[in-house]
Amino acid sequence: MSGKEKNVGLFVTCLVDLFRPSVAFAAVKLMSEAGCSICVPERQTCCGQPAFNSGDMDDSRAMAKMVIEEFEHFDYVVAPSGSCAAMIVKHYAELFEDDPDWQKRAIDLSHKTYELLTFLSDILGVKKVDAVLNSKVTYHDSCSGLRELGIKSQPRNLLHAVEGVEIVEGEKAERCCGFGGTFCLKYSDISTRITDDKCDDIVKTGADLVLGGDLGCLMNIAGRMTRRGETVEVRHIAEVLAGMTDDLAPISQGGK
Amino acid sequence: MELNAHNFKENAAKALEDKDLQESLAKLGTGFPLKRLAAAARLPEFEALRDQARDIKDHSLRHLDFYLEKFESRVVESGGCVHWARDINDGREIVYDICKSVGAKTVTKGKSMIGEEMAINEYLEEKGLIPIETDLGEYIIQLRHEPPSHIIAPAIHLRKSHVEEAFRETHTDLPVDRNLDAPEDLLKEARAMLRKRFIDADVGITGANFMVAETGSTVIVTNEGNGDLTQTLPRVHIVLCSIEKVVPTLEDCTTLLRVLARSATGQEQSVYTTFSTGGRHEDDPDGPDQFHVVILDNGRSRMLGHETHDMLRCIRCSACINHCPVYQSVGGHAYGSIYPGPMGSVLTPALYGLDQSCDLPNASTMCGKCEEVCPVRIPLPKMLRSWRQKQWEDGPVPLMQRFGMSAWAFWAVRPKGYHFFAKIKMRIMGLLGRKNGHFKSLPLTKAWTKSRDFPAPEGKTFQQLWSEKGGRRS
Repeated sequence: MSGKEKNVGLFVTCLVDLFRPSVAFAAVKLMSEAGCSICVPERQTCCGQPAFNSGDMDDSRAMAKMVIEEFEHFDYVVAPSGSCAAMIVKHYAELFEDDPDWQKRAIDLSHKTYELLTFLSDILGVKKVDAVLNSKVTYHDSCSGLRELGIKSQPRNLLHAVEGVEIVEGEKAERCCGFGGTFCLKYSDISTRITDDKCDDIVKTGADLVLGGDLGCLMNIAGRMTRRGETVEVRHIAEVLAGMTDDLAPISQGGK
Repeated sequence: MELNAHNFKENAAKALEDKDLQESLAKLGTGFPLKRLAAAARLPEFEALRDQARDIKDHSLRHLDFYLEKFESRVVESGGCVHWARDINDGREIVYDICKSVGAKTVTKGKSMIGEEMAINEYLEEKGLIPIETDLGEYIIQLRHEPPSHIIAPAIHLRKSHVEEAFRETHTDLPVDRNLDAPEDLLKEARAMLRKRFIDADVGITGANFMVAETGSTVIVTNEGNGDLTQTLPRVHIVLCSIEKVVPTLEDCTTLLRVLARSATGQEQSVYTTFSTGGRHEDDPDGPDQFHVVILDNGRSRMLGHETHDMLRCIRCSACINHCPVYQSVGGHAYGSIYPGPMGSVLTPALYGLDQSCDLPNASTMCGKCEEVCPVRIPLPKMLRSWRQKQWEDGPVPLMQRFGMSAWAFWAVRPKGYHFFAKIKMRIMGLLGRKNGHFKSLPLTKAWTKSRDFPAPEGKTFQQLWSEKGGRRS
């Protein structure tokens, strides 16, 4: 690593690690090209969000401590997910309200943690990407990223840099997709109803492809789309920005 | 209304199958939210007003005892009377005693959520009185013997045909062959029926959106004018409200009014905004002889200084409800509480106990839209989470959920074991799912796969691939 490079710790996120490693490779590619040196600590799993939203504070704290210990020495910490980044940025400090030492470490980490698209756009100032995709795409604003981190223009600005992409906005782009972490399992029928609304809105745009920045939402939308027999493809936006779409099948679809 | 929140799942399942309800909800989902958006866009200082509104309510709650006593003394000075009700039984008895003292028979009622909380109609009926709701939506659901499904649009779950049916069943004095096809016909009929009631009424009961400490005034906002007829025509006016509704000054009240209607219906101002200060004064041409304010606690003082404290800022605009994807999917009755949606899912456990309503704080995707639109910036997702925390610590959590989360957490802090098992599992799933790209079913994932395909993993985990590539680890 040269002295000028930014030392970035990649928080892979559990879903990307398990289901869609290409998203993490896309993130590595995009950040490396913008002058970052990427390190991936092996001692990482989950940010603790599922436990946190279930009210399980002890387990959330245990997971948060592990993330803090592994990542606090980096210049920046980047996650290819708005909700995992928001967990670190917005909620870790809350977990340690009775523990000033850990709370300070949590706050310090929150100051250098970013969601991937925000990091590329706002911190690295990426304006150009080496990617071509002749496709009509629409973007789903995942809730945590949008409302907790203010991610809205960054993905769109980056998409404009992809040659051949036409962006069409869904009327309900900002509406929840119905995933909600464990919500989609606990209240499956209500979740499906909300997901159907989201799918209808996407289909209505006439887009060939829906993109987003959170794999949880994308797996939910993709799973419902293929079950409904829709032809709309679903991908993480990093795959498009990194020009990986030729070799990688869309989420929930086979063939490539 | 009796709490039915423990049946949330069954109620919701029914609601999802109810075609009429789904049609009504589809309209709500685009109606109020778009109007709110337009109203906010027309007012450049809207965001700043929200901050002010939050601060006013915070200040009032910090000095709640002071402002409540001040309000009481101002009411007394203007010739009225304040009654303190610790719980709904107190409240009902106070109302009934007032009615009894004037020999009341017919009682007209403006819309009041505190009235719903007290189930005041049922109580007065039991005692032989005739309570009549005069808000059109409330009138309709009273005829149908239903609770409200929304805090400002109580009959939002109904279609026009339901209203016609209810009117034909109840207004049996009218010609059977009358035409009730147009909404205006229904409105006209309701108005004619209610006119008689307004004249007959001995007591009029209204709610209050605010109590103003400075002047001892109570304030209602309505769009039908029924509130004014309810409170000015009878000899006695009873106001039902709760402790957190007090604000220091008229100026504060108008600030809150500026965000209330905009957040609720997207109106700049409701059609009627009525301030009541005492009964009929010497020079007044009309007005009631008696003015009573019944102030209900019913668990609210317990919320002061606790996790749900901020919920006491709520001004009942319903913006959180109107924007909630869960409410938009199942409607208000599914919640089994008169307070549905995000605000209800925070408030109901506080008022009735978490054990009676443990589904409610969980029935949220935590999308955060509610907090985004709340005019007094209540951190609703955070408060839902605090109920979940309480439930996790000492309440009922389904065993499988507790076990599943604990197992996940156990491995999540043991990365070596986690990665070892993840590698094997993803490899197998990747091989099996490669062809279709997804699974139609998988063991233990029925909740997902009954309506969604389960996307297949690529095969190797990122951690595995990164190691194989010799990527940087430190």
